[in-house]
Amino acid sequence: MATVSLKKLTKRYGNIGIVHGIDLDIADREFIALVGPSGCGKSTTLRMIAGLEDISGGNIDIGGRVVNDLPPRSRNISMVFQSYALYPHMTVRENLGFSLKIAGAAKDDMDRRVAEASAILGLDELLDRRPSQLSGGQRQRVAMGRAIVRDPDVFLFDEPLSNLDAKLRTQMRTEIKKLHAKVKSTVIYVTHDQVEAMTLADRIVIMRAGHIEQVGTPDEVFSRPATRFVAGFIGSPPMNLHEATVSDGRLMFSGGDSLPLPAQFKSKTSAGDKVVFGIRPDDFYPAGHGLSSGGETEVHRVELPVSITEPLGNETLVFAEFNGTDWVSRMLNPKPLKAGDRIGMSFDLSRAHLFSAETGKSLRD
Amino acid sequence: MDENASARLTRRALTVAHRVGLFLAMLLICLPGIWIVLSSLRPTVEIMAKPPVWVPQQLSFDAYIAMFSGIGKGGIPVLDYFRNSLIISVTSTVIAVAIGMAGGYAFARYRFRGKSGMFLGLMLTRTVPGIAMSLPLFFVYARLGIIDTHFGMILAYVALNIPFTIWLIDGFFRQVPKDLAEAAQIDGCTRWQAFWQVEFPLARPGIASAAIFAFLTCWNEFALASQLTRSVNSKTLPVGLLDYTAEFTIDWRGMCALAVVMIIPALTLTYIVQKHLVGGLTSGAVKG
Repeated sequence: MATVSLKKLTKRYGNIGIVHGIDLDIADREFIALVGPSGCGKSTTLRMIAGLEDISGGNIDIGGRVVNDLPPRSRNISMVFQSYALYPHMTVRENLGFSLKIAGAAKDDMDRRVAEASAILGLDELLDRRPSQLSGGQRQRVAMGRAIVRDPDVFLFDEPLSNLDAKLRTQMRTEIKKLHAKVKSTVIYVTHDQVEAMTLADRIVIMRAGHIEQVGTPDEVFSRPATRFVAGFIGSPPMNLHEATVSDGRLMFSGGDSLPLPAQFKSKTSAGDKVVFGIRPDDFYPAGHGLSSGGETEVHRVELPVSITEPLGNETLVFAEFNGTDWVSRMLNPKPLKAGDRIGMSFDLSRAHLFSAETGKSLRD
Repeated sequence: MDENASARLTRRALTVAHRVGLFLAMLLICLPGIWIVLSSLRPTVEIMAKPPVWVPQQLSFDAYIAMFSGIGKGGIPVLDYFRNSLIISVTSTVIAVAIGMAGGYAFARYRFRGKSGMFLGLMLTRTVPGIAMSLPLFFVYARLGIIDTHFGMILAYVALNIPFTIWLIDGFFRQVPKDLAEAAQIDGCTRWQAFWQVEFPLARPGIASAAIFAFLTCWNEFALASQLTRSVNSKTLPVGLLDYTAEFTIDWRGMCALAVVMIIPALTLTYIVQKHLVGGLTSGAVKG
């Protein structure tokens, strides 16, 4: 069990910077997800923590011990690879026990710990098989078993579910969450899938181009995104983001349409400011078909043409045309709609977001 | 006849044709070997007969008996040759495979300056025919005083085999996913342990095939050996074949008998090692 602390952590390959001095403190037993688009440096950061990648600058501290130059084996971590990386020439039992064998553990101790891990993950029947005889989900479980057998301070997961099909992914996601509840270790989990990050993590670290954009609980990053990037990255379907200019207490969009400036931003903007207006599909809905949050104090209604609908059963995504482009909205208790229908749409402006067009930072605080 | 019956018939006919074709091909491939074995067992008259005598009239092991019966009685120092061949082939194979493993691993795993140039250079050395090297090599060896020594032959064969072993083993290490060595390091291995515990076992088929090829190259090599060896000190079996040529005659039967003696160990070794050649050992390591 351990805290992990990154200080000004940097990675460069020659002149190309991959990770630009990130700071992050992870509490003991915390589940942290590093999330971001591919190439944002999240995997590199994880590999630096694992010791598989040299660091170009800064500090990595695991459990109060600086581990900058220690080899992976001296960091007391374990890692689950995207590719699983099971040893194909060993049986499941040998795979699970490999780290103990290398550490020179006694035979009965080894058997006991392998049996424990195998029981937790339901691998008992597979112990004598080789990885090639396992399905994707089983391999995934063996990879996790190999990680927990070591009883590490920190678990590192490098996109562990991205090779699984959608159904299995959801299932394994639940298993990982259960596993964390059981073993109570610090977990650092890299993924590009924001749903995985949201569902699993205590806190989410959103990275872009080697920088941390925001660190926060799933609720924080969802409802109070610090930057335009976070706003667009977290949430599915993504937030509607459109550039506008503040003028006369209104947001003027380039296509000629306008919306009232949300009250909470009145003091934070002045006429002529270039901003990005953001509203989640949940806060822009066909009138009468939204979440009745009770706090709808600032609803703006417009009649808009429907350009396309995506029924999902319990809800329908309605793409309504506003300002010359499609804005996505979430319709609860859906009723049938056709393209071209004109419907009354509500903008819940109290829940809208405004970002500086220049810096991308939220204007909320 | 309905469609299914005719399709079944066609398939059966194709199977038969396939087997007959395979049999003919195998016969063609095996014929020289069979001919050598046959020739070692029958008199020269029959060997030289035109048209060829296919079914031997009389068989005898005279040639083998003579071969081992010592000088003066039609024998040659076959045990010396055998010992030389074995020492030279095994030693140079072990060295070439060891270097090939180190080199192949480096080419497969590390990035360094001049890598592709170096690799190409190694390959280019294979384009020089061995016989073209024999004269310069002879001069150098003569100056160094290592003509007719085991050391000289081993050196030549190691040099001959290294480019090939590096190339072959490189390919096999490339197939072993990098993640495995990393996983092993996380599991507590040093770099060195990760290599021996995980990467080496998985590349073993490649290393075994490199070893077979290197061994057979040394075992069968004639051009260089005929220049660089002189006496029982270092003469290898292929060079020993020349002992059966006299000024005006060639003892074909004796030569064939010696050839059989040469082939047997090579065949045995290949048979032993081939069980390591099972491919597809890496399947299941990573999502495939």
